[in-house]
Amino acid sequence: MAKLEHGSDDREDVELEAFRRLYPSEFLQQFLKEGVRPDGRPLGRARSTVLSVGSLPHAEGSAMVKLGNTTMLAGVKLEVMPSPVDSPDEGRIAVEFQMPAICSPLVRPGRQSELEPVIAEQIKNALTSTMMVDLRELIIAPGKAAWMAYLDVYCLDADGSLLDAALLAAAAALADVKLPEIAITDDGKVFPANVVTEKAQTLKGKRLKLGKIPMALTCALHPKHILPDPTAEEEGILKTTITVLTDFSGQLVSLYKPGGEVLASTSIVQSCIALAKYRGKELQKIFTEAIMKADSDDTMDAD
Amino acid sequence: MKPQSSWAFNIDGAALFYAFSQQLLITFNFVENTIILAAVYGPKAISGRKENPECAIVEVIWKPKTGIAGSNEREAEFIVKRTLEHIILTAMHPNTAISVIIQVVNDDGGALACAMNAACAALVDAGVPLSGLIAAVTCAVDKEGMVFLDPMKKEEKDFRGHACLVFPGRPLAATSAASLAIDNEPIEHGIVSSVTKGALSADDYLNCLERGRAASAKIAEFARSSLERAQRGVEMVVAS
Repeated sequence: MAKLEHGSDDREDVELEAFRRLYPSEFLQQFLKEGVRPDGRPLGRARSTVLSVGSLPHAEGSAMVKLGNTTMLAGVKLEVMPSPVDSPDEGRIAVEFQMPAICSPLVRPGRQSELEPVIAEQIKNALTSTMMVDLRELIIAPGKAAWMAYLDVYCLDADGSLLDAALLAAAAALADVKLPEIAITDDGKVFPANVVTEKAQTLKGKRLKLGKIPMALTCALHPKHILPDPTAEEEGILKTTITVLTDFSGQLVSLYKPGGEVLASTSIVQSCIALAKYRGKELQKIFTEAIMKADSDDTMDAD
Repeated sequence: MKPQSSWAFNIDGAALFYAFSQQLLITFNFVENTIILAAVYGPKAISGRKENPECAIVEVIWKPKTGIAGSNEREAEFIVKRTLEHIILTAMHPNTAISVIIQVVNDDGGALACAMNAACAALVDAGVPLSGLIAAVTCAVDKEGMVFLDPMKKEEKDFRGHACLVFPGRPLAATSAASLAIDNEPIEHGIVSSVTKGALSADDYLNCLERGRAASAKIAEFARSSLERAQRGVEMVVAS
């Protein structure tokens, strides 16, 4: 008897999976009607977010984000460069976003995903608009040498809301950066502090002073509902997303809507901004806790 | 708003070009302007994995004035593609590709909005079935929160940020407009695409939306009348 029941369960699973694949929008519709999402969360809730800072030993700053299944790894590598000619009192940050083929069935090996430049540009825009890192912080000696920070974000699993996770990882990695201790000579040559040279002036290592910290919330638009933090499945079915970029205080930075089937009215825009403000408070807590934890680990290691 | 002009010309019968320029008239002369050339090829046959049995795929290639395309241009391609997919009836030509080539002739600010207007006009001229027209507009906000339409490149550094907004054109339909409303707003007030650069507060953005909608009505009207004029020109040539 039990065996028979088990068999019918299996058939139901197969039928459910078939329904999901053959009629994706009806499948989603059935859930939304009941006020839940296919992964079981309520309509207006983002997925659980885990942020760990300082996981890469060879990067000057690093962070790993898990937003549901979406996984992002960000690292900052510093290099000394001669001061840029057009802005002698500033350093540089180069942002790179990579989606290797292992992250999603939609990305093919050896081909660049069309999302890579889009997300890299959005991260760049968010960092410069909020002035999260004052580029003058990256100066070693004005007109002589400055830090070039390579910020690389890797997507390890693309399950929707990529920009949200990528931006959180990027911001946390930058917050984790500690400029190393160095020695600089009068003619602008830079050495590690442990290399003893004559006439070299030693600069203490320090953390970067941070301005406002940007965050993003992607919302998928259904004709009747707004679904924050969509999974890849929901993004694929609904085809319309709005990404609201704010800082942690809830100040709007940018609003990104790349086409899609549903038009956004003023009230939808306002609800998305309100959702982003709420999410900003959640993320701020996660962010500060992760940074504090990394700091206390550092001091423990030093002891 | 800068005075605008657009013209169509036909090369080789198959390739249809459309140029859309936004020109600034300062008392004496045409000074600076943004000129974008958009060409549409297709629907044409494609093979390989790109092919979709349910709808035509849209591909956009953005050619900068000089040099090779970087990530900035790739992002522009993505947004233009997603915007055009909103109006192209892709289900009518399955297993084909529609390619849109955007050539920047001169960029003096607002190139993205100009490119979308040009691409929309080129699609009409190429006879690709569309669900409607779009009107794109660039709004900039200065440090006092004033909204400026269609900023020039040299003004851009004085602004806190700018937004490129795309709205649907007002449909000319026999049905009443009220049935097309979304959230008690007329359909031409809905946002198809929105890209912002720099920091805009929520109030700034809503101001931009309001000003952008007013300007987009003008652009939509202009685009429609110039398309009609171009169409009449073609008919006259065919008749004679």
